[in-house]
Formats: sequence, C-alpha cells, structure tokens
Amino acid sequence: MPVWVRIVLVLCTTWPLAACAGRQSTLDPQGLQSEQILHTLFIFLGVAAIVWIAVVIVLALGMLRRKRLADQPLDLHQAFEERTGRVIIGLGVATTVIVLGLSFVSYAGQRIVFAKGENALTLKIIGHQWWWEVRYEDDSPHRSFVTANEIRIPTGQPVKVELESADVVHSFWVPSLTGKMDLITGQKNELQFTAKNAGVYRGQCAEFCGLQHAHMAFAVIALPPDEFGRWRDRENQSANSPADQLGKQGEALFRARGCALCHNISGTLAGGQLGPDLTHIGSRTTITAGTLPNTPATLGAWIADPQHIKPGNLMPKMPLQSGELIAILHYLEQLK
Amino acid sequence: MRQTIVRNVAELPTYGYGPRSGPWWGAMGFMALEGMGFAIAIGAYLYLYAVNPTWPIGASPPDLWPGTAETVIYLLSIIPNEYTSRVAHRQDLAKVRICLIVMAAIGIALLVLRGFEFAHLNTRWDNSAYGSIVWLILGLHTTHLATDVGDTVVLAVLMFTRHAKPRRFSDVTDNVFYWNFVVLAWLPLYVLLDWIPRL
Amino acid sequence: MSMAAEPNELRDDVLNGLQLSTQLEKVWRTPSGLVGALMSVDHKVVGRRYIVTAFAFLLLGGILAILMRVQLAGPEKTFLSADKYNQIFTMHGSTMMFLFAVPVMEAFAVYLVPLMVGTRNIAFPRLNAFSYWMFLFGGCFLWISFLFNAGPDVGWFSYVPLSSLQFTPTKRADVWAQMITFTEVAALAVAVEIVVTVFKLRAPGMTLDRIPLFVWAMLVTSFLVMFAMPSIMVASTSLILDRLVNTRFYDSSSGGHPLLWQHLFWFFGHPEVYIIFIPGTGMVSAILATFVRRPVIGYPIVILSLIATGFLSFGLWVHHMFVTGLPQLGAGLFTASSMLIAVPSGLQIFCWLATLWDGRPVYRTPLLFVIGFVVIFVLGGLSGVMVASVPIDTQVHDTYFIVAHFHYVLIGGAVFPLVGAVYYWFPKIAGRMLSERLGRWNFWLAFIGFNVAFFPMHILGLIGMPRRVYTYTADMDWAHLNLLSSGGALIFALSFALLLVNVIYSLRKGELAGDNPWNASTLEWATSSPPPPQNFDRIPVVKHRDPLWADSESLPVVAGLSAERREILLTSLAEAEPQIREASPEPSIWPLLAAIATTVFFIGSIFTPWAVLWGTPPMAVTLIGWFWPAGSKEDEE
Repeated sequence: MPVWVRIVLVLCTTWPLAACAGRQSTLDPQGLQSEQILHTLFIFLGVAAIVWIAVVIVLALGMLRRKRLADQPLDLHQAFEERTGRVIIGLGVATTVIVLGLSFVSYAGQRIVFAKGENALTLKIIGHQWWWEVRYEDDSPHRSFVTANEIRIPTGQPVKVELESADVVHSFWVPSLTGKMDLITGQKNELQFTAKNAGVYRGQCAEFCGLQHAHMAFAVIALPPDEFGRWRDRENQSANSPADQLGKQGEALFRARGCALCHNISGTLAGGQLGPDLTHIGSRTTITAGTLPNTPATLGAWIADPQHIKPGNLMPKMPLQSGELIAILHYLEQLK
Repeated sequence: MRQTIVRNVAELPTYGYGPRSGPWWGAMGFMALEGMGFAIAIGAYLYLYAVNPTWPIGASPPDLWPGTAETVIYLLSIIPNEYTSRVAHRQDLAKVRICLIVMAAIGIALLVLRGFEFAHLNTRWDNSAYGSIVWLILGLHTTHLATDVGDTVVLAVLMFTRHAKPRRFSDVTDNVFYWNFVVLAWLPLYVLLDWIPRL
Repeated sequence: MSMAAEPNELRDDVLNGLQLSTQLEKVWRTPSGLVGALMSVDHKVVGRRYIVTAFAFLLLGGILAILMRVQLAGPEKTFLSADKYNQIFTMHGSTMMFLFAVPVMEAFAVYLVPLMVGTRNIAFPRLNAFSYWMFLFGGCFLWISFLFNAGPDVGWFSYVPLSSLQFTPTKRADVWAQMITFTEVAALAVAVEIVVTVFKLRAPGMTLDRIPLFVWAMLVTSFLVMFAMPSIMVASTSLILDRLVNTRFYDSSSGGHPLLWQHLFWFFGHPEVYIIFIPGTGMVSAILATFVRRPVIGYPIVILSLIATGFLSFGLWVHHMFVTGLPQLGAGLFTASSMLIAVPSGLQIFCWLATLWDGRPVYRTPLLFVIGFVVIFVLGGLSGVMVASVPIDTQVHDTYFIVAHFHYVLIGGAVFPLVGAVYYWFPKIAGRMLSERLGRWNFWLAFIGFNVAFFPMHILGLIGMPRRVYTYTADMDWAHLNLLSSGGALIFALSFALLLVNVIYSLRKGELAGDNPWNASTLEWATSSPPPPQNFDRIPVVKHRDPLWADSESLPVVAGLSAERREILLTSLAEAEPQIREASPEPSIWPLLAAIATTVFFIGSIFTPWAVLWGTPPMAVTLIGWFWPAGSKEDEE
C-alpha cells in the first residue's frame, strides 16, 4: 500500500485517539493481523474507487454526449445494438475476472490473518452482560489467574484467545490489533493476534448484547515482554493485605455489605464468582468495562450507585454510609 | 386511443383444468413455498443432527408402526385420489361424491393415526432440541394434512348441494393435486423422523 | 367441457364507447359506503392503500431514524435512554424492512402489474385484500406495542439467546416474532398473486420476451419471496415456541444452537436485500426507457441478470456470519459467491449506461432519481464487494461501515428508484402530475442529504465505531463525523417532507395528466389516468415489446368477454394465447373477517398456546365463508 496514503489516513482519522482511552481504529494497525487486513482493504478500496470513478465518468459522458434530434424511440440500428450487447458482455466478463481476482486476494489475506502462530500465549475470555472475564491459564494452577476488562499481553508474541460466552452473543474486537470474533453461547471460538508495538488498544463489544451493549469496552495493553513477565508475576500473587486501619475496615465491610457474594479477591474470604475479579482492581486503568477511568472519584460514584452509571447491570445499589464507602474505596485502591 | 378488435374470445370456455386454470397455478405457488418450508425444517433437523454428538438426544427413536402405517396409507391413497381426478374430469357427479367421501375418510383416519404418532415419538417438545424439531416437523405436516382434509370435507358438502356445478370439478382436481403434495411431502419426513434416529 | 357464453349474456362485442365503459364500470366498481370500501377487491384500490400504508410506515421509521441521529449527534447525549434507543433502532430496522421496503415494492406491483400485463384485476383479488389487512394489522400491532413501551428491543435480527425468554422475559421479542408472521403471510400471498398474474393473466400476444422489465423484476422478486420467507417463518415460529412452550431449538444446554437461528435468519435475510433491490431495478428500467426515449439495451441480458441474481442471492447468506467461527475455507468460498453477485448487478448497470449513452434524455424528476441511483448504488455495491472479503469483514462487520454500506445499497438501490417511480406513476394513479419544480428540490435535497448522512459512516466504522451503541464517549473522536451525519439526515428527511408536500399539493392542484403524459411505451399508459375499475374497456392484444411506441394511434384489442359480470382472460404461459374466460371474484367482506380472525389467533398465541385451539374455528369459518359460492351467476356455470 502506498505509504503516504496510509500516513494521511492515519493522521486525519486517528490523531486524537492517542488519548487515554487507547486506540481503536482499523486505519491505525498496531498488530500483524490488522496490518494485513488494512493491506487487503486498500487493494479493494483502490479497485472500488477506480470502478466507481469509471462508472461516473461514463455516466457523465453519456449525459453530455450530443444526441439524436428526433424523438423516435424505436428507430434503432441493429448493428449498434448488437455491438453494444457484445461490449456489455465483455464488461461482464471483465467484472467476473475482477471479482475472482479479488476473491483470491481476499483468501490470501485471510490465510495470513488466521494463521496459527507458534508458542502462543493462551487466554480465555468469557463475555458477560456487560463485561469481560479474562482468564490467564497455565498448566500449573498457581500460575493461573483471573482479571477483567483489561488484557495485558507481550509484544511480538502471538496471543491466542479462546472465546466463550456466559450469557448472550458478544463479539471481541480490538481493531488496532485484529478483526473481530464472536463469543457464542455453547460454542468455543478462537482468535490469534500479535501486537507489534507496545501501547494501549481499546476494544469494544461489536455484537448487540442487550441494554448496555454500548458500555462493554475493554483495553488491551501490549507491554514489552520483560515488563509483561513482571506484571504477570505480580498478578499471580494474592491480593495485598490492607496496610492501615481504614483498609482493614474496608476489607471487613467488603464482606459485611455483600460485595464478596459476587466478587472474588484472591487470598481473602471474598470468593464470589458473578462479578469481575477484583484481586488487583487498584492497578487497572478503567472500571465498569471501559466506561470510566479508574480514579477514587469514579470508583466511589460507581459503588454508590451503579444503576445510575450503567442502568440494568447486575450490580445492585448497596446502602452504604459515606464512611463505609470511603473505607471500601480505600481498601480497593490498595489492591494493586 | 382508437381500438381495433382483432379477435373475439366469446367461444372460449369459462373454466379449465390443470395448468390452463388460475387456481391450479395458485395451488402450485403455495405448494412451492410450503415445500420450501418443509425443506427449511428438514435443514434445521439436519443441522441439529450434525452439531449434536448424540442423536436422538435423551430419548429412544420414535416407534416405527404409526409412521410406517401412515406411509402405507398415504401411498395407497394415491389410487383413489387419482381416480377422483379422473371422474372429476369426466364430471361424473355421483362418483365424485363417493370419491370425496372416501378421501375425507382416509384423511380423517390419517389424522387419528397422526395422533398415535405424536404419542409414540418417545420424546416431548421440551425435552431437548431433538424433541423440539421432531414435534415442529410433525406439527407442520399435520397442519397441511388437516387443511387438506378440511378442504376435502367442504368440497364433499358442496357437491351434495345446489352448488355442484361444472366448475366445481376443477376445484376437485386442484384438491387432488394438493393431496399428492401432502403425500409427497410426507415421504422424506418419514425417513427423517423414523429412520435417521436409527442410524 | 366447452362452456361457451350463454347466447343471451351481454358481452362487450355488442357494446361500444361510453356505453361499454359505463356498463363495465358498473360491474367492476368497488361498492360505495364504508362497508363497500372494506369489501374492495380492486387491485388498484388495494394497491393504493398498500402504497399509502407503506409510506406511512416509512414516515414513522424515518422519525425513529431522526431520533437516533439526534441522540448520536454528540458524545454521551442523554436525549434517549439506552432502553428507548434499543427499542428505536430495532423498530427502525423492523419497520423499514418488514413494513416499508418489501410491502411498498409489492404494493407497486399490486397496482401496476395487472395494468402492465393488460388485465382487469390481479389473480386472487380476495387473497390480495386479505394480504393488505394482514399487513396493516401486523404493522399496527408492532407500533401499538411500541407506543405502550412493549416494542421489541433485540434488533431487527433478534439474535438468540438475547431474544430468548431468559434474557428478554417481557413480551417484546414475541411482538417482533409475531409481526414477522403477519408481514410474511401478507408478502407470500402477494408473491403468489403476482406470479399467477404474470403467468396466466397477460394480454394475448404478450409472449415471454414482450413482458415489460418491471414485470419481469416483480416476477423474480415474487419467487424470491416464496423461497426466502418460509425460512424466517420457521425461525420466528420456533422462537415463539421456545419462549411460550419451552421448546429447545436455541437452548445450547439441551442440544439447541444459537447459530441455527443465524442460519435461518440470514437464509431469509440475504435474499431479502434482493427482494427490495430487484423491484428497484425494474423501476429503473421502466423510467430509463421512457426518459431517454428508447428501449433498454440488452433486454435479454437484463432478464438473465435478474434471474441469476435471484439464484445467487440464496448462496451467500453465510457472509453475514463470517465472524462466528466458521471453517476458513468455507468462509472463503462464500466470499467468492458473494462477490459474484456483482456480475449480474454490473451487467444491468452496463445495460442502463449504454441505454443512456444512446438515448435522448429528458431530464425530468424520475430520471434524476435514476441517475442518483446509479451514482449511489454503484458505490454501495462496491463497498459490498469489500465486505464480502472475510479479512475485511472481520474489521468492518457490525460497525458503521456496514450501516453506510447497506444504506447505500437499499436507499440508493431501492428508495431512489422508488421515489423516481412515485414521480413517474403518480400521474397514472392520481390523474395529476406532481410538481416538477418541487421534484427537483426533492431530488437535490435527497441526493445531498443522503450522501452527507451516510458517507461519513464509512469512516466512522473504519475508525472503530460499532453499530447499535446508544452513545459513545468524547475521547473516541467520533463526534464530528456523527454531527455531520446527523445534519445530513435532517436534510434527507426534509426531502421526504417535500415529497409529502408535493403529493398533497398535486393531488388537488396538479396539472391534469391525461392517459400518457410521458409518452411511455407500456400498457398501463393505454388507459385513462386514473384507470377505470375495469382497467381496460377491452383487453389489449400485444404485438410488440413496446406496444405504445410501435403504434401510438390504435390499440388492437379482443372482444367477447362478459359485460355483465366480472370476467378476465387467461392466456397460456409462454405464448400468451387466450385459453379461458375465467370469473373474477366479486367484492367480499370475508377477507377482512378472515384477517381479523387470523389476527386474534396470532396475537392470542403469543400469550397462550391454547389460542391455537380456540383461534382456529373462527379462522376456518371465515375461510369457508370466503370460498363458499355466493350463488351468483358466474359461480354457477
């Protein structure tokens, strides 16, 4: 693809996306697969543009052309009709050749995009209404852990995600890294991709999944391999024990006020499985499936009234005193 | 615009049989789309069959006798059915009356047998996807069977009233035609419902 | 069996001129009064109602579109709640597809096909009336449910398991599924009528190669309806059964599978696109020939293309499912089959371009819409080639790129020709011309508004905006293009307001049309505008593909049909040789009663399975009433 076309496209459509949300654009490929797809897309776009312009030019010339003077609709010349018929058939054959050619281009691209890489990091991603459960699985159980809505991966290494749904159909889509794949109830799907560059890439559910489909985003954070390794080691550990009195109070309240019925925090008595795992919530960049940045203010607002921020989600509004809320917040923030 | 009469059609008949008549093509059209409905239902059955490792799911195959008995009656019914068509073409009212009663009786007998078939499917519609699709397909065919029996009964009644006029014979032949469709649609369904689960 | 007319019967060969017209009008007219109107079986009356109703649903669907565009005009707007938005986008899609696009095309066919093939009424006119009532009741059922906050909110595709009882415990999904049953019954009935009308009711001499292209297009469309719609009926029925009596079609824990739904839905859903688009091509062919003053070049190519499109349209539904985890090679083959449908579509475009090239264009509003159609539709077709590619589709699937693509195809391919068709045939239907000046404004607002509204959506999709989101955050940088798009949508909506104004104004003040205001070539222009109840005083005889161009002075006709009862002429399938003088049904209230009984049955059966039991006898009674001979003369021969 012409490099300048790409630069112009990327500049005019994606420059503000470097902001905190992360990049989410087909035109801004940062992975092997998304780059290949964009390549195929540009070939198609080029052919389409040429054909469209040719049609419009012929249309315009046909309109401008000097015409017969008399209105004699059936005054037709057999030779002209036959010649034109042959030209039309010829154009039909040309169309066939073009679409078959494009089919091959497409299939070649498809082979590359869906090629299985060696030595892939395997993750299991389970779609929920409306958040993402992310399971890093390993042969040894103590190297397995669960997180939510944030996927950290190493750059340069193929990542294999196994996609399942806990309820309705969702679709996993990180346009800057690769195309999408559905998460289908009762079926296991698989998608592989490789991030070329470190960065934050935003993804979003792409199959309508109910009331809050619009608020089902996630982030893929590609890290250099060594940094990823360090993150993974940290993530393997159980939750930090709260260091201060307020934190300890928060931990107690987390259980007493029912949070622990739905949320798991490894290494504590909180073992709920319905909601996102909060073992390292303090280190995540966003909350409630990419809806809000993770700050004490947003997290507090969320806990205080989740139905206001994301109506219809499963988390109920808990009656909390403001002191209790502060204690729980303080506790959660320490779960780095 | 000036009109020039180039032909007089006053001598043409006012009704006809088979592809010459309008209702025949109407019946043909509905058979085509209903046939497509059966094809889609069969496709759904085979899809579920393909995605499920065990088939039938949590049930034993349907008992063979009701479906087999129906199949035999369906095939034999073609004989009186075709005879009905022949006497209708001859506009032999007395024989058409008898034939319609016979065909209605056969239809009712098949409906009764169909009741037994539902009872001997050995699965309920809410047991599994297998039960659901089997009940759907059998229900779909039963609707066609019941519709045709109803049509036959109404025609039989008509033929005993003052409405038994020549053009009614064309309606009788269309009814014969539709019965053949009901029979034809049944044959693949019989194989599907009664024999595929035994593979 | 030869039943020649009784000698004492009044026939049209002994009457002439005004006497004949008056006599036939008396026989064929719709009875007066409200009850008379409800009994009408005149294809023109039913067709007009069908057209007006479909446009009313277009208006409603359009208002929903504007509401969505207001909500999306900026980030994090709270104009609509998530719940309202989800209902609205579902209602917009369902209304436009099931209550506008398909019905409006069939409506035009109901009105025009009998006129274009030169007969007095459509085949099975009572079924036609029944079809209209079913369509009306189904549409009202959907919209009344919506107004009571029970509108479907699971998308026009209603994917399971989201639409299952577990995730949609309200009646909303049932409303959607049963609306499908209503509209498909209506559509299937019209399809059969059109097929039989084209096969058997053509004027003598209208051999297969003299059938107008619009009629060919509607014939192919009707076959598509007949073979595509049973699939969605099986799907919607099984969905209702899952929800009502616990069948397990889509329950993956009991052997069911969500993808079965998707296969059934798209096996219908893809041909559906061509059910909407092929009539559009027929309109284009009709308008183009008239306004470039010559027949369309490549008549056989166009017909073969239509038929090829029809066949191919059943072989590419899987391209809606490229991201569901299908085997790769299989998906690749569907890429090729999907792209191949560009070939017949392309051939038609080439024929039209060549026709324009050789013709002598008269730039009236209908032709402007046809030119707009070429520009927009070709772009939509080409973006269609892009999305047929598996790798490209994995990115653009379910994004605004797709929204842009199918609006280019459906609005460009069907709505532009349709509005052109309104300008073209309005004089025939209403007897008056639409204002040409308003027509030009209408076209330019539509053309500009459409492109401003929908072109930016291509880019929005590519920069990551998924479909069916009720809002987005400011940092996604989708705001500017969305605002632009919303502005374009308003301009586009304005163009339809102008069309409405034009229609209302012209109905009363428009210039009188006369029989053939455009000097067109097909038979509907050989009778007065609007046509009399009997359509033609005598059935025309066709000797040329463009009969009114071949001889604009005199019309060859047949005589000998009854002038004292409803009689139509049946001809042979290929050669259109006269075969039978068949009785055509009188007006009847039974189709309306049957439709009411069926409506009670359908609506009842989303609440209780017992409705099947108590709902059937009234239906059976009304059907017997419908078909029971009235004892009138034509029934009794």
